[in-house]
Amino acid sequence: MTSNPTRRGVLGAGLAAGAAALTGRGAKAQAADPAITNLQPWNQALGDGVDARPYGSPSPHEAHVKRRNVEWLTADPVSSVNFTPLHELDGVITPNGLCFERHHAGIAEVDPARHRLMINGLVDTPLVFTMQDIMRFPRENRMYFLECAANSGMEWRGSQLNGCQFTHGMIHNVLYTGVPLRYLLEEAGVKTNGKWVMPEGADASAMTRSIPIEKAMDDCLVAFKMNGEALRPEQGYPVRLVVPGWEGNMWVKWLRRLEVGDQPWHHREETSKYTDLLEDGSARRFTWVMDAKSVITNPSPQAPITHGRGHTVITGVAWSGRGSIPRVDVTIDGGKTWHQARMSGPSAEKSLHRFYYEFDWDGGPLLLQSRAHDSTGYVQPTKDQLRAFRGENSIYHNNGIQTWYVNEQGVAENVEVS
Amino acid sequence: MSKFLKACAGALLVASPALADGYGLGRPALTEEIAAWDIDVRPDGMGLPEGSGDVFTGEEIFSEKCAICHGDFGEAVGRWPQLAGGFDTLTDQRPVKTIGSYWPYLSTVYDYVHRAMPFGDAQSLPADDVYAITAYLLYLNDIVDDEFELSHENFAGIRLPNEDNFFLDDRAEVELTALSGEVCMENCKDSVEITMRAAVLDVTPEETKARQLKDAVEAVRNPKPKIDATADMAEAPAEEPAEEATMQMASIDTELAAAGEKLFRQCKSCHQVGAGAKNRSGPVLNAIVGRTAGALEGFRYSRPMQAAGEKGLVWTEDELAAFMANPKTYMKGTKMSFRGFKSDADAKAVIEYLKTFDSAEM
Repeated sequence: MTSNPTRRGVLGAGLAAGAAALTGRGAKAQAADPAITNLQPWNQALGDGVDARPYGSPSPHEAHVKRRNVEWLTADPVSSVNFTPLHELDGVITPNGLCFERHHAGIAEVDPARHRLMINGLVDTPLVFTMQDIMRFPRENRMYFLECAANSGMEWRGSQLNGCQFTHGMIHNVLYTGVPLRYLLEEAGVKTNGKWVMPEGADASAMTRSIPIEKAMDDCLVAFKMNGEALRPEQGYPVRLVVPGWEGNMWVKWLRRLEVGDQPWHHREETSKYTDLLEDGSARRFTWVMDAKSVITNPSPQAPITHGRGHTVITGVAWSGRGSIPRVDVTIDGGKTWHQARMSGPSAEKSLHRFYYEFDWDGGPLLLQSRAHDSTGYVQPTKDQLRAFRGENSIYHNNGIQTWYVNEQGVAENVEVS
Repeated sequence: MSKFLKACAGALLVASPALADGYGLGRPALTEEIAAWDIDVRPDGMGLPEGSGDVFTGEEIFSEKCAICHGDFGEAVGRWPQLAGGFDTLTDQRPVKTIGSYWPYLSTVYDYVHRAMPFGDAQSLPADDVYAITAYLLYLNDIVDDEFELSHENFAGIRLPNEDNFFLDDRAEVELTALSGEVCMENCKDSVEITMRAAVLDVTPEETKARQLKDAVEAVRNPKPKIDATADMAEAPAEEPAEEATMQMASIDTELAAAGEKLFRQCKSCHQVGAGAKNRSGPVLNAIVGRTAGALEGFRYSRPMQAAGEKGLVWTEDELAAFMANPKTYMKGTKMSFRGFKSDADAKAVIEYLKTFDSAEM
């Protein structure tokens, strides 16, 4: 046992709950349940009226469900990242307030009335749009995951962080409303030598990336709504770029400019960062697509099994930047035997998928893994398979299979297996 | 038929509202508007403004504007990026990726320094200053000598040593086929061993040490039932700190310290406290009360701060409160950019909070 109070707190509560309901329906109640026999305050007293919560928030009992950061990761919280609590979520949509954040100069608080989007460079007519102009283009609604290329990046050299929030939480899945980028570019008229588009943010980092024109004309969106409401400031309010299936860094927030050029710009986020250093010292550049990946979110280190042996639900999420996820396999013995998981919920291209595997837990130790298959036939590799291709010096694009060791008490730990 | 026309034809068939002639939305951008925003620079030199700067000038600007995070010689302070050195480390177990050892193009340095630096004061440097800083960074990376002057004219001729070590994403050829196809479902392995465990490293974040201490103190003073289902379990007080806390913190006003903790948030981007605290752009503040000013080893204080300490200034609670009320008036030339607390009560609360970190070791 470690001296980590986080784990101890969770474990303590888990064991208490486990003892109370250890054997399910087989157990006879010793005494009447006070949750039934006592009148609860909410059975009797009146609650808040409709004027009390004009913008609702979760129950106070859910106050622990929040984004968390890892302080030692970065020099300063203003240029840092926090993590989506995947172990507390179900379905495929990430609630807006729980979508992980990554900023390079803090959250820009942009006044939409003073926000402009400019298109310049190799176009027939450089244009300026107001937010109102953007909203007059035809819109589309599409659901996409956004994964930071550095998601699971701390795990290249081995298991480090105990919790899928920290190992896999740099992802969210949102229904975007936006204008196809193609419409905006066509409005300005891309010249025939216009091969690249450079989006730029309005924040103090003025984030830039180079995007090939084929992708810009294909499925990119200039989005202003997430899950039906305005983008949150930390997600780029009033407008951000959506680059489906490609690394999150390219989804420029607070989008203020699109420049068309005949060559890539090789800016900081595509040279110093977001390039993949291989074992021989060479480095891949422009590794835009996010490979297929999955993770079991329950149980996991932050979400132990608290009910004891018996019927047990394993669930998790899977995604691919190349398409959809028709199939996920789950193993509970570290990969000796695999079972096809049950997929449930909408299946969209470049979007999160939800899977379940239910089984009868005998109370013995488990080694849990999930393995995603995407619609191209690609299968999520083990971490060692990835290392064989890339070594251990990459930071980005770690899509290797995650293993959770679950002990007899139901406590889960991040491990790697042979 | 062009791709564009095809797309339009297809669009019409499915009754999409896309129009061949556009929507007539937006307005033409003015030349001066484009000039104001079009700041990007490319490896071929496109986008560079006219100007120049030499290594010597760059060193001066760098030590004033950049060294606080990146170190005088680009060696980095704390976890801020290291900008120089790291040569021949790219195949090491811990590669050091700097401008000299890793970055492929010099234009990226100019573009980024102008676009996003200094941190918190982006796009404030005139072109000549950016040229000078870029020249100094070349010098720190042994690419030019100390006489060198960089300008828009000689810029595109400079090559960084690692340029040729980058290649286009080849996952499609190298990995995808190898990782596609049939998978094993049964009897895939004879045995499975755990080869690595996260608990060995145990770097998973907890709530802050400060929060734990505060909770511990509160738990001792106002014992509460242990299990509170609505409480964030991660914030449950650890037992050991509670015992320590009763011994060390008898004179702390916990309510005031809790208020101070909230106020301290605005200090945190520069000052660390608690276990494992490191000097950042400000010094570590563990055991600050009673410490001699400008005396913490390993922190680069302003000259006035160092001099005040040498003359015997000790940070009593009163001196701290006076400093925190208006740093620039209290000590002309201090590096601390904080404008001061509006009320004495705020300063007192922060001091109370800092007193909970009364051990320099933590």
